[in-house]
Amino acid sequence: MSKIISVTGNHSASWAARTVIPAVIAAYPITPQTTIVEKIAEFVESGELKSEYVRVESEHSAMAACIGASALGLRTFTATSSHGLALMHEMLHWAGRSRLPIVMPVVNRSLGPPWNIWSDHTDTMSQRDTGWIQFYASNNQEVYDTVLMLFRLCEDPKVLLPGMVALDAYILSHTFTSIEVYEHDEITDFLPSYEAGHWKLDPKDPMATGNIAGPEYYYELSYAIHEGFEAARKLIPKVEADFKKHFGRDHGQFINEYHCDDAEVILIALGTMGEEAQLAVDELRNEGVAAGSARLRVFRPFPAEQIQALAKKAKAFVVIDRSLSYGHLGGAVTEIRSALYRGGQTIPVQGVIAGLGGRDVRHTDIKKMFKIGFDVADKGEAKPDIFYGLKR
Amino acid sequence: MVAIKDLPREEYIELGHAACAGCGATIAIRHALKALGDNTILTVPACCMSVIQGLYPKNGLCIPVLNTAFMTAGAAASGIAAGLKYMGKDKEINLMAWAGDGGTYDIGIQALSGAAERQTNFIYTCYNNEAYGNTGMQRSGATPYGSFSTTTPTGKMQHRKPFARIMAEHGIPYTASISAAYPRLVYETYSKAKELVGTRYIEIHTMCPTGWRYLTWDTVEMGKLAVDTGVWIMWEKEGEEWRFLGRSKQIAEGKVKRKPLMDYLKPQGRFRTLIKNPARVEEFERGIEREWKILKQRVEC
Amino acid sequence: MTPLKRDSPDRRVTCITYPEPGAMGRTGDWRIFRPIVDNDKCTGCQTCWLFCPDAAITMDKNNKPVINLEYCKGCMICETTCPVKAITRVRETEADIE
Repeated sequence: MSKIISVTGNHSASWAARTVIPAVIAAYPITPQTTIVEKIAEFVESGELKSEYVRVESEHSAMAACIGASALGLRTFTATSSHGLALMHEMLHWAGRSRLPIVMPVVNRSLGPPWNIWSDHTDTMSQRDTGWIQFYASNNQEVYDTVLMLFRLCEDPKVLLPGMVALDAYILSHTFTSIEVYEHDEITDFLPSYEAGHWKLDPKDPMATGNIAGPEYYYELSYAIHEGFEAARKLIPKVEADFKKHFGRDHGQFINEYHCDDAEVILIALGTMGEEAQLAVDELRNEGVAAGSARLRVFRPFPAEQIQALAKKAKAFVVIDRSLSYGHLGGAVTEIRSALYRGGQTIPVQGVIAGLGGRDVRHTDIKKMFKIGFDVADKGEAKPDIFYGLKR
Repeated sequence: MVAIKDLPREEYIELGHAACAGCGATIAIRHALKALGDNTILTVPACCMSVIQGLYPKNGLCIPVLNTAFMTAGAAASGIAAGLKYMGKDKEINLMAWAGDGGTYDIGIQALSGAAERQTNFIYTCYNNEAYGNTGMQRSGATPYGSFSTTTPTGKMQHRKPFARIMAEHGIPYTASISAAYPRLVYETYSKAKELVGTRYIEIHTMCPTGWRYLTWDTVEMGKLAVDTGVWIMWEKEGEEWRFLGRSKQIAEGKVKRKPLMDYLKPQGRFRTLIKNPARVEEFERGIEREWKILKQRVEC
Repeated sequence: MTPLKRDSPDRRVTCITYPEPGAMGRTGDWRIFRPIVDNDKCTGCQTCWLFCPDAAITMDKNNKPVINLEYCKGCMICETTCPVKAITRVRETEADIE
């Protein structure tokens, strides 16, 4: 029987694990992800969740253990944040390149020094090259739903890639809202059991992975991973449509659009800022302003086509990044501009860096960013990327 | 001791693998796998054995292998062990991590110590050629005092870690220190380990002509000299009981006299600088004596 | 779900390898010295079989060693460990061409 519970974003992730029943969970605590693994420990020790839970001694070991378990053809799950994600960087590559469909919520937290435990997207942005599917969630129900959808997407025989869903530190991870959760048998029609047809460790059919392959083979093996992402690109709409069929909800596939069809300026953001932007749009629309917001849900595979289609609707984009690649710009704006250029589109894109280290980005701030965006649309030219709220 | 004629004929290494001619590690894995049999899964971090498996699309080992990153042998094994438990196959399938001394003493210590502390059910083998062999003999925590390595060209100034003792002190059910020069002992050790449950740590002294700088055909002789001179001590700890093994037992009980240290040091190019320095040779001997003293105390308790 | 066949192109999704001889090619080409067995001296103790790092020695039905010259690397451990010196060496360059 499905039920409505009041939980934090973190516990939404724990409940998703409880629903899916991974064979092996190997995780290491790190603020502010800790309550995900603590709740899972409670579920396991009470017998509610019959997974093998390995209380590893570091995040690097967590990912290595997940790879080991997944290599047996088993469903595996872990969770981390910030420095933990950075520490397992080497093994993120290993998981992606080994085509192991491990699913991992990541609480977006800034990197140090100094120690800062609040929301920042630099951690997941820095890992976009590792062969992991990347989703960004903006509410607790989406965290729960995306974990379920990721298992289905990642385990597809054409995809076979690990996937992460990012959730903002504290704004989601520690904030209570109501969500609907299911028992395992209610989701088995949407998510059948995992069958690793491509490879697994099985003494009855011995094979190995990861010994040496020279230049004459490596390139094609890398391309195969890329093909997995292209398959994911085709499959994401189907998976979400099927999710809607089973559970009555979807979250917008690649880009969750809000009042974009008749918008003059569209503001794009990831995570909770994307949902906060909708409040700004509501207020502006009440004032008769043609504003629209688009929440970028999927970052890998990067939805270039959807961005190009979105650009046809507006005169200008404003892109808020909660990440910064020092010496360059935010992660999202860079990739959005690149997609537009490839599509031969020339609308101005105003980049805004905001919210680093958990500094609040409210709808009132977003309204100000929209104002800049309308200015840009009028002039037909973007200003240099703005460091919003910088105290200098 | 099992007779040679009674050892299984089945081979679990393929012909034409990539090991150096005269490699002690392959003698070791050959007999370890004979004991464990084909119902075995291996995980191998970066080490000589990664490369010995040869080139894609072929593999020189006949059982399933998960090759993994350098520091992850203990962690990858922890994941596989949990998975086997989930599948109800942990009693049926042998799980072994096969790592070099680099991936055990140095970069791999965290994952191994964590796996042991969690009482992970697997066999961890450290095959010890006393340096980072795969990459050309850079020093490791296992490199002996005074030995040449490419990163200690004038001789390593620290004694090796007594790693097998460190693992024994974790309180794991079985720890052993053996040598590839005694393949029948390797076979018996793995036959025993196979029947036990929990973390089993087996360290094998594996002679390396390429790294130790001697000619390939002296591999077995070098291994035997290491034990005969007392430089390498063979022992096991089963439960709470420590005991010496084979020739090391005879030495400990005074039944056999140790051969002179120079018999072992002189033939190896890696000790060329060491033997020219009598003060360093004395320090080397002090390290050996200290190790014998501690192990004798453990055995006698 | 039936697992994919070994040579299926869908198996090329990652670096999967299968146990096969010759993973490093024809390692017999590495030899500088070739082992020669004197079957009259050989007592069938199987010490050479025990120590061969390449598993290149098998015992025939008369319990005499047969050395696989396609893969034997010529390390000559069999020669030094033979208790009755039944194995000797000859330079590969001077050995009879197979």
